[in-house]
Amino acid sequence: MTDSTMTTRQKVEASMRRRRAAETRFRLYGMASVLFGLLCLVVLFGDIFSKGTSAFSQTVLTTTIEIDGDYLDITPDSSESDIMSANYDGLIKRHFKNDVQPKGRSEARSLFSLISSGAGWQIQSQVLEDPSIIGKTVTVDLLVDDDVDQWFKHEYGNDSGSVRLSEKQLEWITGWIESDALKTQFNTTFFVNGDSREPELAGIRGAITGTLLTLLVTFLLSFPIGVAAAIYLEEFAPKNRLTEIVEININNLAAVPSITFGLLGLAIFINIFGVSRSTPLVGGLVLTLMTLPTIIISGRAAIKAVPPSIREAALGLGASKMQTVFHHVLPLAMPGMLTGTIIGMAQALGETAPLLMIGMIAFVVDVPGFINDPSTVLPVQIFLWSDSPERAFTERTSGAIMVLLGFLIIMNTAAVMLRRRLERRW
Amino acid sequence: MSIIENHETVGSPLSEGAKLRARDVCVFYGEKQAIYNVSLDIRQNEVIALIGPSGCGKSTFLRCLNRMNDTIDICNVTGEILLDGDNIYDPRVDVVPLRATVGMVFQKPNPFPKSIYDNIAYGPRIHGLASSRVELDEIVEKSLQRAGLWNEVKDRLHAPGTGLSGGQQQRLCIARTIAVDPEVILMDEPCSALDPIATAKIEELIDELRENYTIAIVTHSMQQAARVSQRTAYFHLGQLIEVNATDKVFTTPEHQLTEAYITGRFG
Repeated sequence: MTDSTMTTRQKVEASMRRRRAAETRFRLYGMASVLFGLLCLVVLFGDIFSKGTSAFSQTVLTTTIEIDGDYLDITPDSSESDIMSANYDGLIKRHFKNDVQPKGRSEARSLFSLISSGAGWQIQSQVLEDPSIIGKTVTVDLLVDDDVDQWFKHEYGNDSGSVRLSEKQLEWITGWIESDALKTQFNTTFFVNGDSREPELAGIRGAITGTLLTLLVTFLLSFPIGVAAAIYLEEFAPKNRLTEIVEININNLAAVPSITFGLLGLAIFINIFGVSRSTPLVGGLVLTLMTLPTIIISGRAAIKAVPPSIREAALGLGASKMQTVFHHVLPLAMPGMLTGTIIGMAQALGETAPLLMIGMIAFVVDVPGFINDPSTVLPVQIFLWSDSPERAFTERTSGAIMVLLGFLIIMNTAAVMLRRRLERRW
Repeated sequence: MSIIENHETVGSPLSEGAKLRARDVCVFYGEKQAIYNVSLDIRQNEVIALIGPSGCGKSTFLRCLNRMNDTIDICNVTGEILLDGDNIYDPRVDVVPLRATVGMVFQKPNPFPKSIYDNIAYGPRIHGLASSRVELDEIVEKSLQRAGLWNEVKDRLHAPGTGLSGGQQQRLCIARTIAVDPEVILMDEPCSALDPIATAKIEELIDELRENYTIAIVTHSMQQAARVSQRTAYFHLGQLIEVNATDKVFTTPEHQLTEAYITGRFG
C-alpha cells in the first residue's frame, strides 16, 4: 500500500504506533530520572543515618566511689571556689587504682586512659550541686574515653580487626562488662556541651547557639532591607538604564560563589569597620549580603504577582502610591516574601564557605551568649569535626548533619505550609 | 481604515457650563498615538456613553479624566482637561484629591480581598471623611444602600468582599466609589463581565446615580448606551467622530462612520 492509496484515516492510524511509542519512552525517561534522584537521596540519608545515629548514645561506666573529703581537702561547708578547685581527677585515679590494682605506672596510665578526662568534671558538678555528698559513697555514671565508647558500641560482640585497645585494657573492660558496669545511655553531652578536643565531651550546643544568633542577625538585617529594596525597585523606581543595571546585578549577586562574600566580609566588616572576627555579628552581616539577592528577587516576584486590578482599585479611590503599596500590595505579597525569606535563611543556615573566611572556623569551646561572642556555626562545626581523626568524631559529624538536616527540613516545610496557607487570597 | 485628515467632531461635543472639559487631548503610548485632538464636554448630572470599536481609544480617553494613565510609564497626555475650570494636568495638581473627586469603576469587579465593610470604609478612612466609628458606619450603610446592595449584604458586612457574586462585587465596587463622595464617576465597561440580570441591576443603578453624579461610561453594548445615557460619543481609531444626544445617534447619526458602526457594518 503506497501513501497515495491510503486514506487520511489510515495515515493517522499508521502514525499512532510511533507516537505512542515516543510517549511511552518519554515517560520512562522521566520515571528513571525521578528514581535516580530518589536513589541518591536514599543513599545519602542511609549513609548519614547509619553513621550518625550512634552519636546519640554514649557509653558510661557505673561505679561506686567515695567522695573522700579528706583526700579532696573539702567539707560540705567549704566555699564554692574550694569545691571547684579540688582534685577530682586524682580521686578518680585513686579509686580505680584501688579497684583494679594495675601493676606499675605504665599499666596505671593505660588504665586511666580508659576513663574520659571529663570524668573529674562530672564528679565536680555533682558535688557543687549537692555538697552534702562529701564524705559519702555515691554511685556515678562516668563517661569513658572515646576509644572504649567506640569499641563497646561497634566492636564488642563481633570480632572485627582493628582495635585501638591493648589486651590488658580489654581485660579490664571485659571485667566491667561482666559486672554490668558498662552500658550506653542517651548522649545528653552532645546537646548541652560546646566543642571539645575529646569526642565524648564534644557537643553542638555552641554551634547551634552560634547558628541561631547568626541567623537572627541575618534575618533582622536582610528581611527589612530586602523587602524595602524589592518594594522600591518594583513600585517606585523609575524604569531606566540605571535601575536596569541594578536589577541585572542583583541577579548576578545571587549567582556569586559564596566564598567571595566571605572575602568581602573579611575586607570590609573586619578590616575596615573593625568588627571582631568569629562572631555571629560578622557572620550575620556576611550572610545578609548573601541572602539579600534571594529575598529581593522573590520579593519582587511576589509583588509582581499581585493583580494590577487591586492597585487600580486603590489608586482609583484616591489612595496615594504609598498607601496603595502598604495597604494592599504588601499584605498580598507578604506570603511570597516570607517564603523567599525562609528559603534564603535555609541557604544561610547551610552556608560554610564564607564563614571560614571570617574566622568562624576557630575552635570555640564556650557557648556564645550574645552576637559579639566568638562562636562557630553548625555547618562549620561539621566541617571541623569531619577533619578530626578520631572515629568518635566521624559519628558526631554525621549526628550534627542529622541535626542540621532536621533544621532545614523544618524551615522548608514551614515555607511550603506558609505558601499553601496564605497564597491566592484574591 | 486610517485616521481622517482634518477631522472636526460632528454634532455637539461642546456645551456651556460643563463639569468636565477636554480640549485637544492627544495621548501617546511611547511613539504610538492613541488619541487625536479630542475635545469633549461632559455636563453636570448627565450620563455620557463612549462607544466605538475595540482599540478606538475610548477607555484611554476615560482614564485620562482622572489621570489613571499616569500609572503607565510610557503614556503621555497633551492638551487640557478642565474639571470645574481647573486643568487637572497642571503640574501643581496632586492626583490624590483629583481621584477622590473623579472616581472610577473598572471593567472587572476588583474588590479588595478584605471584608465588605472594609472595602467601603477604605476610601473614607484614607481621606479622613469620618470622624467617628458611628459616622463611618453611616457612610458604609448609605453607600451600600445607594448601590442597591445593602439588603443583600447587611447581615454579612464582615464577610470577604471577594465571596460575593460577580454582579454584587461590581455593585460593591460602585458603592466603594460612592463612599468617598465623588462628583464624577467614570465607568470602564462595568458590565462586560456580568450576566444580563446583574447588568440590568447596574444599569438601573446608573440611572439613579445620575441625580447626584456626573457619569461617563465606556461600553461595548450599544443597547446599554441607548438605555443609560443621555448623550453618546462615538470614537473611531483615536478620533472623536460624533457626539450627539443618544436618541439622535441611534436613530439619525450624522456621520457615516457612526452609522456604519451602529448598524453593525464593523466593530
